[in-house]
Formats: sequence, structure tokens, C-alpha cells
Amino acid sequence: MPLADYKQYVAMDRLPSIWCPGCGNGVALKALALALAESEIPPDKTLLANGIGCSGRVGDYVRCHRFHGTHGRTLAFVTGIKLVRPEIKAVCLLGDGDCSAIGMSHFIHSARRNVDIVTIVINNFNYGMTGGQFSPLSPYNMITSTSRSGKAEPDIDMCKLADVAGANYVSRTTIYHVAEMKNYIKESLGKKGFSLVEIVSPCPTYYARYNKIGTIIQQLEWLKEKFIPIERYNEMNNDEKENFFWRGILINRDLPDLYQHMHKGVEVRKR
Amino acid sequence: MTIKKLLTGNEACAYAAVNAGARFFAGYPITPATEIVELCSKLMPSNNGVFIQMEDEIASLAAVIGASLGGTKAFTATSGPGFALMSENIGLAAMVEVPCVIINVQRYGPSTGIATKFSQSDVMAVRWGSPGDHSLIVLAPSSVQDCYDLTVEAFNLSERFRTPVILLSDAALAHLREKVEIREPGELNLYQRKKPSGPVDGYLPYGSLHNDVPVMSNFGDKHILRVTGLVHQASGYSSDNPRVAEELVQRLARKIDNYQEELPAPFFYGRQSADLIVVSFGISARASLEAVNTANNEGFKTGMLELRTIWPFPSKKVKELCSGAKKILVVEANRGQVREQLISCGIPPEKLRGINKQNAEVITPSEVLSALKEENS
Repeated sequence: MPLADYKQYVAMDRLPSIWCPGCGNGVALKALALALAESEIPPDKTLLANGIGCSGRVGDYVRCHRFHGTHGRTLAFVTGIKLVRPEIKAVCLLGDGDCSAIGMSHFIHSARRNVDIVTIVINNFNYGMTGGQFSPLSPYNMITSTSRSGKAEPDIDMCKLADVAGANYVSRTTIYHVAEMKNYIKESLGKKGFSLVEIVSPCPTYYARYNKIGTIIQQLEWLKEKFIPIERYNEMNNDEKENFFWRGILINRDLPDLYQHMHKGVEVRKR
Repeated sequence: MTIKKLLTGNEACAYAAVNAGARFFAGYPITPATEIVELCSKLMPSNNGVFIQMEDEIASLAAVIGASLGGTKAFTATSGPGFALMSENIGLAAMVEVPCVIINVQRYGPSTGIATKFSQSDVMAVRWGSPGDHSLIVLAPSSVQDCYDLTVEAFNLSERFRTPVILLSDAALAHLREKVEIREPGELNLYQRKKPSGPVDGYLPYGSLHNDVPVMSNFGDKHILRVTGLVHQASGYSSDNPRVAEELVQRLARKIDNYQEELPAPFFYGRQSADLIVVSFGISARASLEAVNTANNEGFKTGMLELRTIWPFPSKKVKELCSGAKKILVVEANRGQVREQLISCGIPPEKLRGINKQNAEVITPSEVLSALKEENS
């Protein structure tokens, strides 16, 4: 399929988007559309489901099936969809606040059930739509509009959480690493079961401004320097790790997904 | 074929759902609705359907909405505390127009209340629990047979109107065991949602209306479906245009409120032109009818109105049937939630007397009978 075919997933006539200049959401959308085009998944068999917030608006710019429900619950809705329409390729694109705060329980249980869903978490370290409050994923001590003197709470690693919960595929990259981002999404589209691609993304309007990260170019450079390959990260001592984040593939395995488990269960009961 | 069975209210709901074509159940255990969850864990897989026990009631209704948007008739069952959690997604189902059925087996509240005991105090909560202006349908069974018949009707209405329909059962009905005539799928009139048939290109999910209800595709169909809880245009893309918002929200109410004659009408027993009328619903209507029959056998002249559709409130019918009465007794196990509606329809409050009980026990025929006799003396 020619590269340009990514446009069959994007509602070009609805652009420009509502996102701020420098926001990573559009970059992630293009990476997703490219990955879908390269995977040759037809738009009528593709469902893009979103959470609430800035990244939740991505559904307004797609041509495939689109679902946009209530805050944090996206994975629970899509669990229902996938159980009755297993042939649909479901992608849930969620923000860090949506997924790790209000939707945390659904995230853990979807990974535990290993529902066949590609979950993309756009992590811009804050709630952008409501004005830049901290989320559970905002790093400790960072400035947000509800933590003016530094976030007092520790953050959580959604990738490690997805691993222990039982996901089949877990990876993390950033908006700077565009090729890697597309490759991780494409790889997860080819998997069965629960996949997580966490994409760390700049929020130039709030997070970067509050924390004085600088222009959008400087923000992308910050992502480039701070997010290092997982292999290099793992070799560091704990003091060195304080200054960096890892990116790469944490988990890639092929445990049976929920649909397979359920149908196996029915066979056993019928015997 | 019609078969006779001895069933509880909860069992009747589960069998009715299967026979109405439901093939997806998502739920969370809660007294006194648990038997529906348990029975569905057997009935769904054995009928090529799906049962899933979710992490909470929010997720349960979410999964039901997802399954319904995938084209499968879907439902859940819960009680007060679980219903409170579902309110968020009831608003979504109303806004994006998803057929689904929610069985609320009322128990004594507020809060955890008495988990095993009865009340009828969710009349307002089921209607107004979710924010924003919208209409929805609430049906109240008064017997185990009704649990069966009205559950089937709930699925039909949800498909016809593309709306959440709530079956307002209660702890007493849930565990009452009675003879039920089970009409099997071949004997039932089942309504299926309309599906688009026109060209795929340019299809607008909310663009083609039939009696104010959109003709929508399902996820995975050739006609691309776009759904958002934001105010949306005919295309399913979001909009903040005031005219789009106004038209959408008015249609959500109009599509049900203007078609009330399609909803189960109230039953009227006894004398049409009686001076004294008893109004009730659910299990309390059983006690009321028993009292009215006893009184009329003793020579009293009493009428009785049993509400089957609670919401939208059948104001026109109620006003018409009650207009000649000098006194109206409203029998309900709450502080007077239905009585308030009779006032709203324009019945003078001084004509109304509430027979209300709030001790977690059912209202008995003798309690209604003594009130009847007081009014007649």
C-alpha cells in the first residue's frame, strides 16, 4: 500500500485541529494512520476510541469508526465491542489523566484480561484541556497549575503496571522519535491481546511553560536527551537513573487473549 | 410454544432477556440483583452469547453500551448503589442513542441501606440520576409474569427508540416465586433496530431519522459509525454550534415524549367513575389491587390505576382517569415520589393522600384496605 494511503484514515477536510501549535497529538495521529495503512487494515474494520481531554479530540479527525465516551471508561466500552465484534481492530488513544487517574482500574483490568486492544497513551504529563493540572504520570516535584510549588505525590510507571497486569506488548517512546513511534504502533497492531504504546508528548501551552522547558524545539530536544534506550537505562546506577527515563520495548509475549479464554471456557463447559 | 414455569422475578428477567434476543450481559454482583448475574453467566454462553463480570458497575454499563454499538442486544442488572455508578453512562447512552436495558432491582436506601430489604425509592433516581436534559423509558413490573413480559418489552422499546430502558424491579419481586407463562422467541413480537441500506460513501450516522430516531450502523459495518458524547452533528463529528446543540437535545426528548402511546399503558381496575381511586405501581400495586377488590366486594366503589410505564410519566392518561375522583390514594414504598408527579400533572394536592411505608417492609393489602375504609367513612 502506498505511503500516501494514510490519508484514508484522516479526515483531512476537518483540519486544522483544535490542538495548540507544538502539541504532539497530531504527530501521534499521523504515526497511527501510517501504521494502519502499512498494516493494511481497512477503515471499516478499524475503530479508534478515545478518552476525554485534548487527545480525546483525535476522533474528530478520522475517517474510520470512531467512539468517544465518558472520562476514563474507554477500555471498558471497547471490551464490550471486542467481545461481540472480534474482527474489528480496536485502537484506544488515551491521555495520561484519563488513563492513569479516573480510568486506572479499567486499564489494569483490561491488561489483566488481555483484551485484544491497542492502547496508545499520549502522556503529556498533565491535564491540558482543563488548564494544566498534574496527573498521576506527572513526574515528582514538577510544576503544574495544581502544584505550583512542585508535585508532592510520586508518579507511576504505566508500562510496568501493564506488565504485571498481564499485557502482551508494552513499549514506550516519545513524539521526537517518530519512526520508532510508528514502528511500535505497527507492531502492536499485529499482536493479539492487550498492547500498550506509551508516547511521551510535549504540552507547550502548560507543562513546558510552567517548567521552563523552552521553545517547542527545546522541548523535543528535551525528549530526545531525557528518554534513552531501555538497555542503556538498565545499565545505569540508581543515582544516574534519577535524571533519565527509558524508552523501548518492555514486554513482547503471546499469552491467550480474553476472547480465546472465553471460548475455551465454553468448550470445556459443553463437554 | 408457551411453557409454564415456577420462577422468581430475577429468574424471569434473565429468561426474558435471552428470549428477547439479548446475547451480551455485563454486570457486577449486588444484592438483590445477584441471581440475574449468576443466571446470565450460564444462559449467555449456552446461547452463544457473552457474559462478562466487570470491575464495577461503571464498567458494566460501559461494556453493555460497547456491545450494543457492535450490534448485539445487551443488558445489565444492578441495585441502588450500583445504579448510582451507572448514571454517568446512562447519560452517554441517551446522548449517543444506544439501545440497552438496565434492570434496577430496588433495595432499601440511601447508600448501602439494608442490602436484602425492599423499597420503591428509586423512582426519581432512575429518571434524574444522570445530568443534562434527556428522556428515557422506565417500566415497573408488579408480578413475576410482568418481570418476564416487561423485560421483553424493555428490549423492544430500547431498539425502537434507541435509548436506555430501565426495568424498575424490587427486592420483593426479585425473590417472589410465581407461575409464569413463558412465550418463546417464536411467539414474541421482537423489534430489531433499523439499519442503513443506502450508499456507504457520505453516510451520516445521525443524518437519517425515522420517527425522530436515527438509523445507525454498528461498529465494524460497511457504513462507518461515529459516536461521541459531545454535542454532535449528523455526521457524528462534534460541534459546539448552539443550533446543533438545541436541535439535538430537543430531539432526544421529543423522540420518546411524542410517542408515548407506544409505551405500556396503565391498567385500570374497578369502576371508571369512582369517587375514590388508588394509584400504585410495582409490588405495591398487587397489595392495592387486593385491597380494592376486597373493598368493592364489600360494596365500596373504588377504582385502581396501576402504572406500568413510570417514565416518561403518563400524565395525560393519569389526569384523564383521575379527573372525576374526589380522593386519590397513592400507594408507594417511599416518601411520595409518584405522588409528586400527580401534583405535576395538575391534580390538586388536597385530593391526594399518600400511603407510604419506609420501614423496608412491603405494603400489605390490609394497610391499603384500612386507608380505603377511612376515606369512605
